[in-house]
Amino acid sequence: MAKKVGTEVSFAAAEAIKLANADVIAAYPITPQTHIVEKLSEYVADGDLDAEYICVESEHSAMSACCGSSATGARTFTATAGQGLELMHEVLTIPASSRLPMVAAICNRALSGPLSVWGDHSDMMGVRDTGWVQIVAENGQEVHDLLISAFKIAEHKDVMFPVMVHMDGFHLTHVIESIIIMDQEEVDKFLPPFNYDHKLDPDSPVSVGTYGPPHIYPEIKKAQEVALTNSKETIKKIWKEWGDMFGRHYNPVETYKSDDAETILVTMGSFSETATLAIDKMRAEGKKVGLIRLRLWRPFPFAELRDAAKSADNMVVLDRAISYGGPAGPLCSEIRSAFYQMKKRPQVVSFIGGLGGRDIAPEEFEEMITKGVEIAKNGSENEYEMLGVRE
Amino acid sequence: MDKYGLYVPKLAPRKEYFAPGHRACVGCGEMLAVRQVCKALGRETIVINSTGCIEIVSSLFPQTTWEVPWMHTLFENAAAVASGVESAIKVMQRKGKYRDKKVNILAMGGDGATADIGLQALSGAFERGHDLLYVCFDNEAYMNTGIQRSSSTPYGAVTTTSPTGKKSIGQQTQKKNLPAIAVAHNIDYVATASPAYPFDLMDKVKKGVNTKGPAYIQVFSPCPTGWRSPGELSVALARLVVETGVFPLFEVVKGKYKMSMEFEKLRSIKDYMKPQGRFRHLTEDDIDTIQARVIEEYNKLKEKAYGQ
Repeated sequence: MAKKVGTEVSFAAAEAIKLANADVIAAYPITPQTHIVEKLSEYVADGDLDAEYICVESEHSAMSACCGSSATGARTFTATAGQGLELMHEVLTIPASSRLPMVAAICNRALSGPLSVWGDHSDMMGVRDTGWVQIVAENGQEVHDLLISAFKIAEHKDVMFPVMVHMDGFHLTHVIESIIIMDQEEVDKFLPPFNYDHKLDPDSPVSVGTYGPPHIYPEIKKAQEVALTNSKETIKKIWKEWGDMFGRHYNPVETYKSDDAETILVTMGSFSETATLAIDKMRAEGKKVGLIRLRLWRPFPFAELRDAAKSADNMVVLDRAISYGGPAGPLCSEIRSAFYQMKKRPQVVSFIGGLGGRDIAPEEFEEMITKGVEIAKNGSENEYEMLGVRE
Repeated sequence: MDKYGLYVPKLAPRKEYFAPGHRACVGCGEMLAVRQVCKALGRETIVINSTGCIEIVSSLFPQTTWEVPWMHTLFENAAAVASGVESAIKVMQRKGKYRDKKVNILAMGGDGATADIGLQALSGAFERGHDLLYVCFDNEAYMNTGIQRSSSTPYGAVTTTSPTGKKSIGQQTQKKNLPAIAVAHNIDYVATASPAYPFDLMDKVKKGVNTKGPAYIQVFSPCPTGWRSPGELSVALARLVVETGVFPLFEVVKGKYKMSMEFEKLRSIKDYMKPQGRFRHLTEDDIDTIQARVIEEYNKLKEKAYGQ
């Protein structure tokens, strides 16, 4: 039986990897993901998890080892954050193009400089175009559930992509929450063993990662893009199976009081829970506001988003990353472009905040919504507003 | 000689795992060496290849030269990818999810991939003790990208990023001693080899792969394109480099150095350098300086093998 415990979210993440019975873990310690891999190495040391734990000398080698492991047919996991994800960047495109399933827990963190170990979404936005499935968790329970289901998504014959499960550094990774930890039998029922068709095996030799000149490269890229876009339906199906089996339902786009909302706040990650407090307060004052939270960042859930926001006149989007010199925060840019071709489209206003671990309080969300509505009505000289920055 | 011609092919397996039809330059010494390595390893092998000439000429989609499982990802990470393959096989064999038979794991790359950009990944794999063989095919520069110098390029050689000029002799630094770096990791088997001595090379590959834990072999790989030497001289150069003491053949088994072949008198390095365009600009004085250095290094190596 699954049991509810008070535990650090990082430990619940490690527990998910143990329950998924990962074969190979290759990771380099970097705050804030370190607790996940420390816990996993304890499991391996105690014999609670029969896996090979490779203590690599860098994140570049962590992802490289994961590519080798997955290509050999092993269930493969890594975790990293911030600068570590940046160092991995070059390797990230490999499992996506070679279709090597694996799961990575990414504990979102700001990028240097100045040095900041604290959380924001700069790292996650930097790897947006590497071809991974990117899923963003809101709380500890989601981290636990989404990591287990991520293996089923990654290894599904209609997907075969690497999957990142994003969780906010410190705001999630280092907090203790009440989390329902799954039971092994339940997980085994949900998650079939990994059976990779093209594994490196002398009995049936394959060449992986061959050289693609101009006569074939665009076709390979188109095939990859179509496959990633199509994976959304399988992701939804797998989350529905999870919901049907365990009663916790996950969707690419989550909504909160947004059905009849004139103004919708859009967030990703752990700040969304705080934002609901502001929504509740403003609703109580009779204001027609609601919240949309993106759980699936790649493939981008265009249809689900358009459907969820069909009543909205205004959308106020919070980004926890800057696209330097660009039009708005990266999340806002994509939301704007998702609605641009629509006949009826909302005004989309960009706010950037929560950088480098800076907190956002419920009343600030309230201010953001109020100011966002004003900008939507009267316009602004700024491409985006920076939240709570001293000038 | 006729009898010898009948006898010699019997010493090596006929089966090719690095099949003909690849796109390497005429006279490529590296591909000859790869072929010998593959013959020595045989069927039960997985090859992890870094980016470079070997990867480019052997894997143009949708064709492949490889008759064994082969994987390429990037330039600098073959040792790390191979670490993942080795660990995966280990755990899956333990769990009964992979064929229960020894699989040879060969990680390989050129000198740039090994001595420069991939040195960290290589050091990590050695330190962790993965059961794999790493072979560096040393053609002494970044040949695939158009002959740029690496830290394995010898002193005085011309490359496109170590040109000669009023203020430059060509490569101004000495060749990095990679076998010594491998030895410093306390791994059980390190060797040098040359495709001009195929049986010595194949013997070392077998020893390396049958060593428990990591093994390292540096294979001298003549490059007619990059060295501006006639293609038909590649094997001769691979022999002359040994006979002149420029690239001595040796083994280091559990830290103990052993010369693979000895010469009463080393040949003059001129015999080796003369046919190569990359050394053509050197003056007699330059060659004397290099000759003295070769003798010095050779004696240092002999001291390691025989002690004082």
